[in-house]
Amino acid sequence: MFKKMLALMLVLLLMATALVGCGGGAAQDPAPEEDQEQVEDQPTEEQIKMAMVTDVGGVNDQSFNESAWNGHKQAEAELGFSVSYVESEQDADYERNLETLLDAGNDLIWGIGFMMTDAILEAAEFNPDQKYAIIDPDFGENVVPENLVGVLFKAEEGSFLVGYIAGKMTETNKVGFVGGMDFPVIHGFHYGFMAGVKHANPDAEVLVQYADSFVDAARGKAIANQMYQQGADIVFHAAGGAGDGVIEAAREQDKYAIGVDEDQNHLAPDHVITSAMKRVDNAIFMVAEMLKDGDYAGGETKVFGLADGGVGIAPTSDKHVPAEILEEVKQVEQEIIAGKIVVPNNKDDYEANY
Amino acid sequence: MKNKTFADKTFADKTIAYLTKGTLGFSIISIFLGFIIGAIILAIAGFNPIQAYGVMISGVISRPSYIAWTIIGSTPIIITALSIAFAFKTGLFNIGAEGQFIIGGITAAIVGYFVELPSFLHIPLVLLAAMTAAGLWGGIAGFLKAKFGVHEVISTIMLNWIALYLNNYIVLIEGFRRATSQRTHEIQRTANIVILEQWKRSPEGREWLRGHDFFGDALRTPLNWGFVIAIILAIIVWYTLNKTTLGYELKAVGYNRHAAEYGGINVSRSMFTSMVISGALAGAAGGLHVMGISKSIASLAAMEGFGFNGIAVALIGGNSSLGIIFSGLLFSALQYGGSKIQPALGAPSEVIHIMIGAIVFFIAMPKLIKYILHNIKKKRGAKNAG
Repeated sequence: MFKKMLALMLVLLLMATALVGCGGGAAQDPAPEEDQEQVEDQPTEEQIKMAMVTDVGGVNDQSFNESAWNGHKQAEAELGFSVSYVESEQDADYERNLETLLDAGNDLIWGIGFMMTDAILEAAEFNPDQKYAIIDPDFGENVVPENLVGVLFKAEEGSFLVGYIAGKMTETNKVGFVGGMDFPVIHGFHYGFMAGVKHANPDAEVLVQYADSFVDAARGKAIANQMYQQGADIVFHAAGGAGDGVIEAAREQDKYAIGVDEDQNHLAPDHVITSAMKRVDNAIFMVAEMLKDGDYAGGETKVFGLADGGVGIAPTSDKHVPAEILEEVKQVEQEIIAGKIVVPNNKDDYEANY
Repeated sequence: MKNKTFADKTFADKTIAYLTKGTLGFSIISIFLGFIIGAIILAIAGFNPIQAYGVMISGVISRPSYIAWTIIGSTPIIITALSIAFAFKTGLFNIGAEGQFIIGGITAAIVGYFVELPSFLHIPLVLLAAMTAAGLWGGIAGFLKAKFGVHEVISTIMLNWIALYLNNYIVLIEGFRRATSQRTHEIQRTANIVILEQWKRSPEGREWLRGHDFFGDALRTPLNWGFVIAIILAIIVWYTLNKTTLGYELKAVGYNRHAAEYGGINVSRSMFTSMVISGALAGAAGGLHVMGISKSIASLAAMEGFGFNGIAVALIGGNSSLGIIFSGLLFSALQYGGSKIQPALGAPSEVIHIMIGAIVFFIAMPKLIKYILHNIKKKRGAKNAG
């Protein structure tokens, strides 16, 4: 009997604490919250609201989405924007989340990643008064609506730079490229990289294979292992999740790999020598600036490259790449910006020049 | 012994008796507790919980389109929960609803795209094909269990991965893949189950909807017939389990396979049948998802979680058809309403996830609480008897 009463009292105590905890929180908070709300409410008249829908990676994916969110935070800090995001857990969430942000009264809504192309095209069509933008769209044959901006990156330029590094650093005169899927977006990486390698080292050979997947790390690893066995000592990948396998292979075989899209050095600090970065954060900030200045370029696809900081090599490159090579890379970068080097982004251009 | 405990029934005993009687009381208490925990976490994180819950609730019910999204979100998880509950009642733990969902989706995408038929034939055909394929997929696990004693938890987990990679393989087949993308072509319009899909995109439809706030708002979502089919399936599951010989046999095997065998029931066949039906249900969820929401299948980096969420929904709903419909709606409302806290209050999504997790955790507690209460009772009983 005593035990039972004790148990019951403990349960009641637990519930009471829980209730007090809740009540306390509620009682304390309203005053400052209301103030905050007023503060927030006033400037919304002029304050520009910008928000993004992440893809299924979520906002802390150490990749695109996180970089995009950093761009938003920069716009908040430097341009005084009010920013927010909604995370998608499934493909089916995109449309719904875009609508949530529409109802929240944003001035500009971002979709992060090509997987959102269909959803954002539809949203833009149904809500002609709302401004949208999307990173890495795959519009295909669709006409870009007047209230949508596509943001692309000159992947070939960043790939050219890492290709240059690979060409200079290879000891076996053999490097590798692992692509995600054999289509135009990835061809930019492919031929940009090859051109960079040849520019640095005309004798070097480039092994190329496509993984036919952006997710299959096991396949990426198998391909990279094979390349290392064939004598390549540096492999560059543009294969998303499949590329994680490439980096793992480099770590296991103690060879070098080159990351893509973001600084992937953290995946294998001793083996990822550099990364061909897409500066999604910079691109978002630049579009935000345009929006603020009233230059929103609806109906266009903006392409950001080396000249405007849309692509580049990873800041951690100096860990493995000798300083003199990095100096040369800076020169090459200037030459590309000045138009002295024209970087190919498809097979025909590549073959015409190299 | 039993009478004695009954005789000195106190308030506490009565409470315990009430709580252990049905899962309904438990579920409500658990949801309440879950909300309190969520509130504490929000308060610690520096957000006003009442305001946050206000945003969530108004984000779910304040407009017809919000209610529609909640219903849309609940459809697949209600059906996968039915699949899991069906297997559970017959003594099997079908972790494979996820994979069966994928197989249903693949089949629906194939039959929806390559076959051309008028709507009234195409829709049932796609649904039946999805159910058949996924039923056979589930049947593999049932067969392995019945024939070789392979535990269905192990085999279905493995089958989930096989389904995932099969999906990624099929998506990339030339002729099915949409050029330069990781998706397949969209299914034919005749297989589409979105309500008034064609009309609402036509100029007249748009014009009419603009003038009618309620319908205009509700139909801007891909509201589809899937929810109706989910309810029909819930009724069929309830009827099969409770009113038919088949259901009786399957349940008997679930309660005690040796007793069932002694009673003349073919245990092996029952296990196989049960997994086939369970798989077919999950496949229906996948098929309806393709027909109503995604229209195509995409290369998947990871499991999407429809089957796994179904396990939680089945648990919350106490494995009963009616309970699952409500718990599916609740789960969907939490997910959808939760996604609105970030834009409105700036609460990081992690807080939302912790909150949903806490609620699900408490909702899952009844079994644990019951177990503890049961043990206390048993101990007391033993002491009294001694």
